Amino acid sequence: MATPLVVSDVAKSFTMHLRDGIKLPVVAGVSFSLRAGECTVLGGPSGAGKSSILKMLYGNYAVDEGQIIVQHEDGLIDLATASPRKVLAVRRLTIGYVSQFLRTVPRVTALDVVAEPLVERGEDRAVARGKARGLLAQLNLPEKLWALPPATFSGGEQQRVNIARGFITEHPILLLDEPTASLDARNRDVVIALIAAKKAAGVALLGIFHDHDVREAVADRVIDVTAFAAGKIAA
Amino acid sequence: MTDEPLLRVSALSKFYGSRVGCENVTFDLWPGEVLAVVGESGSGKTTLLNCLSTRLLPSSGTASYRMRDGQFRELYRMSEAERRFLMRTDWGFVHQNPADGLRMTVSAGANVGERLMAVGDRHYGKIRATAVDWLSRVEIDEDRIDDEPRAFSGGMRQRLQIARNLVTGPRLVFMDEPTGGLDVSVQARLLDLLRGLVTDLCLAAIVVTHDLAVARLLSQRMMVMKDGRVVESGLTDRVLDDPRAPYTQLLVSSILQV
Repeated sequence: MATPLVVSDVAKSFTMHLRDGIKLPVVAGVSFSLRAGECTVLGGPSGAGKSSILKMLYGNYAVDEGQIIVQHEDGLIDLATASPRKVLAVRRLTIGYVSQFLRTVPRVTALDVVAEPLVERGEDRAVARGKARGLLAQLNLPEKLWALPPATFSGGEQQRVNIARGFITEHPILLLDEPTASLDARNRDVVIALIAAKKAAGVALLGIFHDHDVREAVADRVIDVTAFAAGKIAA
Repeated sequence: MTDEPLLRVSALSKFYGSRVGCENVTFDLWPGEVLAVVGESGSGKTTLLNCLSTRLLPSSGTASYRMRDGQFRELYRMSEAERRFLMRTDWGFVHQNPADGLRMTVSAGANVGERLMAVGDRHYGKIRATAVDWLSRVEIDEDRIDDEPRAFSGGMRQRLQIARNLVTGPRLVFMDEPTGGLDVSVQARLLDLLRGLVTDLCLAAIVVTHDLAVARLLSQRMMVMKDGRVVESGLTDRVLDDPRAPYTQLLVSSILQV
């Protein structure tokens, strides 16, 4: 089975310069790989470093040690050391990300927030908007909201916009940071179906799901992040 | 997308006597990329911007720009006339204060048309039609075309300045605190407009700002300056979400939450 992403011996800590330079270790010795067509889930209690691992994979957090090798276009790239320009190219074409919270931009409508990643990949704006409508309808977002900027939406409505934005493209790797946290049961089921469709299309998914039912429904493998606790190795 | 940068800057320094303006700044900028330069007053960001746009000559270092024919030219070795031509055609410069970038006593239409005439356009009807088109793109009503910018609000003046700069189809735009001094609702409108224009026209831009939210919204890459030196650089969201340098951590932790 294809492995589009391999993480080996990754370590991350934060140095707080404003607090006398104390060092907060987050994770160390993180090693795993993702397989195409599977959903891998990061498990473990809050604070174990699950989100930090996702953010390193997306280039949003710097990596202290180790490698994150991703298959991008026809080659392999180490995200831990890639230039900002390369990371942007990987985000545009290879790795998609559904963050926990939507970062809204003033005056941009929900429909365009969702369509944007497709437009960035060179899709025609009208086609991208058409696909965005389909996803927003599937996620039961009332049509009267589509033409409004999502800043004033409820948490669940914003999260559905965020999910649609993450699922609209055909990135071969998709990272999910608690995509169902503020959804009702009906919409949780929609997300489960969307994840199943991604798996069927051969996408490699990596997610954090605190919701037990969702995790049961989508997970092919669970990686226990406490095994990577940085304190354990240092001690 | 091409594989060659548009601008290559290497070890650029500017000293005012023994005082450091900016020191040893090195970076590349690619077409379509927006780079934010952030830092507090006196950090050297405006000195850097003025050196890059050749409004100031650096004390040492080089900057080369890829001309439309694909050849790199060393900016500080060009003649004054060549630099001025570049500034009028292939570059734009958006000042914090629109009065510095506009002619306040000629009409809005003439402010936009003047840049077109500078690149050789002579057909009055065509110039006026292009001016109308650009005014509408920056959301200024056509019936204001004969008004002087003196009669415009601050936000309108700034939008007019942007139209004046972009009408010649530049490939690189320098912006010095483009939203400084505007009300927040006016800022939001301007930022949204800039974001759209930069994407649609595939513009490269260097934006100097002290506002980290503006940097997050407009730029993909960011350089943090302090005392004339670059203390941290990288992807904008990486620098803001995982700041590594002590000074960047101080800046990020000082943002007021609303």
